[in-house]
Amino acid sequence: MLEFEPHRGFGVYIHWPYCAKICPYCDFNVYAAKQRDVAPLLSAIEKDLTTWREKTGPRQVDTIFLGGGTPSLIPPKEVKYLIDVIASMWGLAPDVEISLEANPDDRSAFVGLAKAGINRLSLGVQSLNNDALKFLGRNHNAEEALRAIEEARSAFPSLSLDFIYALPRQNLIEWKQELSGIIDLKADHLSLYELTIEQRTAFGKAVGRGEWQPADDDTAADLYEITQEMMCEAGYPAYEISNHAISSQHHAQHNLVYWNSGDWLGIGPGAHGRVTIDGNRYETVAERRPEKYISVVEDTALGLASQNILTIEDVANERVMMGLRKTSGISKSDFEVLVGRKFNQETLSEFIDDGLLEETDNNLQLTPAGRLLADYVSSRLVL
Amino acid sequence: MISRDKIRNFSIVAHIDHGKSTLADRLIQVTGGLTEREMSAQVLDNMDIERERGITIKAQTVRLDYTAEDGETYILNLMDTPGHVDFTYEVSRCLNACEGSLLVVDASQGVEAQTLANVYQAIDADHEIVPVLNKIDLPAAEPDRVKEQIEDVIGIDASDAVEMSAKTGMGVPDVLEAIVQRLPPPSEGDADKPLKASLVDAYYDPYMGVVVIVRIMDGVMKKKQKVKMIETDATYELDRVGYFRAGRLEDADALYPGEVGFLTASIKEVADCAVGDTITDDKKPCEGVLPGFKEVQPVVFCGLFPVDAAAFDDLRNAMGKLRLNDASFSFEMESSAALGFGFRCGFLGLLHLEIIQERLSREFDLDLIATAPSVVYEMEMRDGSMLELHNPADMPDVMQIMEIREPWISSTIMTPDEYLGGILKLCQERRGLQTDLSYVGTRAMVKYELPLNEVVFDFYDRLKSISKGYASFDYTVKEHRAEDLVKMSILVNEEPVDALSMLVHRSRAEGRGRAMCERLKDLIPRHQFKIPIQAAIGGKVIARETIAAMRKDVTAKCYGGDASRKRKLLDKQKAGKKRMRQFGKVEIPQEAFVAALKMDGDG
Repeated sequence: MLEFEPHRGFGVYIHWPYCAKICPYCDFNVYAAKQRDVAPLLSAIEKDLTTWREKTGPRQVDTIFLGGGTPSLIPPKEVKYLIDVIASMWGLAPDVEISLEANPDDRSAFVGLAKAGINRLSLGVQSLNNDALKFLGRNHNAEEALRAIEEARSAFPSLSLDFIYALPRQNLIEWKQELSGIIDLKADHLSLYELTIEQRTAFGKAVGRGEWQPADDDTAADLYEITQEMMCEAGYPAYEISNHAISSQHHAQHNLVYWNSGDWLGIGPGAHGRVTIDGNRYETVAERRPEKYISVVEDTALGLASQNILTIEDVANERVMMGLRKTSGISKSDFEVLVGRKFNQETLSEFIDDGLLEETDNNLQLTPAGRLLADYVSSRLVL
Repeated sequence: MISRDKIRNFSIVAHIDHGKSTLADRLIQVTGGLTEREMSAQVLDNMDIERERGITIKAQTVRLDYTAEDGETYILNLMDTPGHVDFTYEVSRCLNACEGSLLVVDASQGVEAQTLANVYQAIDADHEIVPVLNKIDLPAAEPDRVKEQIEDVIGIDASDAVEMSAKTGMGVPDVLEAIVQRLPPPSEGDADKPLKASLVDAYYDPYMGVVVIVRIMDGVMKKKQKVKMIETDATYELDRVGYFRAGRLEDADALYPGEVGFLTASIKEVADCAVGDTITDDKKPCEGVLPGFKEVQPVVFCGLFPVDAAAFDDLRNAMGKLRLNDASFSFEMESSAALGFGFRCGFLGLLHLEIIQERLSREFDLDLIATAPSVVYEMEMRDGSMLELHNPADMPDVMQIMEIREPWISSTIMTPDEYLGGILKLCQERRGLQTDLSYVGTRAMVKYELPLNEVVFDFYDRLKSISKGYASFDYTVKEHRAEDLVKMSILVNEEPVDALSMLVHRSRAEGRGRAMCERLKDLIPRHQFKIPIQAAIGGKVIARETIAAMRKDVTAKCYGGDASRKRKLLDKQKAGKKRMRQFGKVEIPQEAFVAALKMDGDG
């Protein structure tokens, strides 16, 4: 029997699938915004939330995350309405984190969004280099980004910036230079992602056609290592593989719900959720296409494309795969008690001997060297 | 009882694709053995694999009634012999059951190496040979040139060769007449003497049990008769005797001298029937036995292991079932540190090996790992004993060995001369000794003695690629010769991997070792540590490569929607892990065990 454990956190993720422009590296469920009436999707989201409230029963919401797509395209008054709906259904934790993803070219909406209740902004800067921004297909240049950062800093209590590195032919020196510029921005939180080529994206197709080559593993590994080094020195230690914060107070609480295997509702087109109800942990996936999502909610009061009960083994594996991404690692017994067996001692000691993993009391965490092999280590621990 | 002089027992000698099966079908059709509608598929080649590869694995026979131009009705017994050198002995038993052969040659392609080996066997069996030129309707047909070639290369008169097209049916009546007029009837045979019959071949039928093909030499074979098989010293009461008709068996009361037919006698497996054995009456045995009996000797060995260790019993059962019908295939349990439990299997040759492997995966749906084929080495030990080594992993301590002998073959390769250079180079690389080189028109015929060891792995593939598929190759195993052979071990991360060890000639060890290490470097995925790969003889490392440590295996972005994706990836890795073999700390993909041994041109 699995029970919802409040200490792992309970979050609401709302997916807004529209973008003014679709970025060539993005493989999220996104659609061109055009001139659309947003009302049908908003009311479908509200109805979906209402039904989920019936299913979860009373709980306190720790985090809300408006992701996308480009949720900064939602009019601020509608954002406020959604937050109020969630608050009236479940109630919000006193220190609730309410995040929203935005692009630098949306900065005119920042003040309104902050007033609507958003207390953390995640800004997709991606680069401070105009050539790189062009390559990444972004709508803004570096100057606009800097102006947006200034405005966001004064509007929101917590500001996070996203950057992408390991672009083709990017070398160590270039990235070090850019990274010190990033550090100088003094954001509360930084997400630094290695460029990942996803097959179905424009980049995936270009690489498939041989138009250009992504950075090789050795270069990417070098870039990662120098990133870790510089960020630590600058007082931004990683608390997750790609995430850094100036203090633990600015850790992304919503993302920690994922990494701690808490419960979260996946609302909106294509959103994934994990919800523990009546002894089962469900994996939920909402309908991907916005029109389909809206019509399914109309018919069934829920936006689901599928829901599936996870096996105990699946739940335990997710705890390891997601949890080891955190610098703080995972509780050993958390896995062992759940599956009723110990970790493979041989594998464990091998990783510890090879300096990829550390064990302290009941805790397992990746070493800095182990982080570059996080998938390798975590998959072998549970296989 | 049919008069002996109205019987013609004959076989068809041909190279693959020269039209043997089509001709057989035509003969059956013309003599009324089958209607056009029933002829939809070739009748004689039964198994899928046989049809696909155009080869015959088991001897088959069909009895045809033919009314000749002289008004007499003749019994024609067409014996379809296995069409490959791996089955040389089986072929010889079939040929001994006949008095003549049709030599079918493609009128555009001419004589091939395989034709040659088979026709010499027929000549050895004292056959009268009627040359038949097939595919005469093709524009590329050159009957005169091919006739000349037959005379030059084989040394038989081809002036009376029958020209025909099995495809269109043209000339088929001439072939039938030639069988009757030019092939002799069985020369002797006395119905009053005690039964003496040759066991030509046997196959397993799920409904009837073992069906034995027999040729009666003397005496009469009747239903209910108690017979004895002399070599296996077994007695049986005959359930049924009769003839093979196209696609069915026809019961008869008795079989008489000169006739080819079948018997069934509640025999459980084919292994109870020794090909070439003499069958006689249990109470009134014949004098002596038929000459030429040999016990089956496997020539090539390899290990077969289930991919999924849990499938071991399924593999054992499947092998048992195949052996019901194929006594020449042998297997015994083997355990390998790298591959777990499996079987060491013996085969008559490479084709036989391939067929069995293919049948195991196709008919029994088994996923197998095959280790590199190995030959049988003879070891003369210092204590005077003799050892046969089937598996390089079992090699005894070198200090106790006086001499190691390996099997050599005599091979014939025929090729258009433009590829000759490449082929000679290949044979030299494989330690070959050239014994003959001659030309027939623009086709070269070269004879080499080669160590079988150098041929078992990928010689065919290399030959085919060098000659763009035009060269033909045939061989017979000749003898064991003492050679400077050493055991080469492969160490992965300092540990020897038994399934990769091999016996190799000292002069070739370094090259092979280097090639193996280079290949393994590409075949074994990176691990979190660096992995040395070494080839060693005894304690001495002769080649070395290193697989660099893996630097990076991490998802950059991993949020709510990625948890499911990661889990699916994990499931995929789980499936992939089944295809990996743990070796110390190193995981080696199964494909690596065979792929590592493939040699490049410079290997």
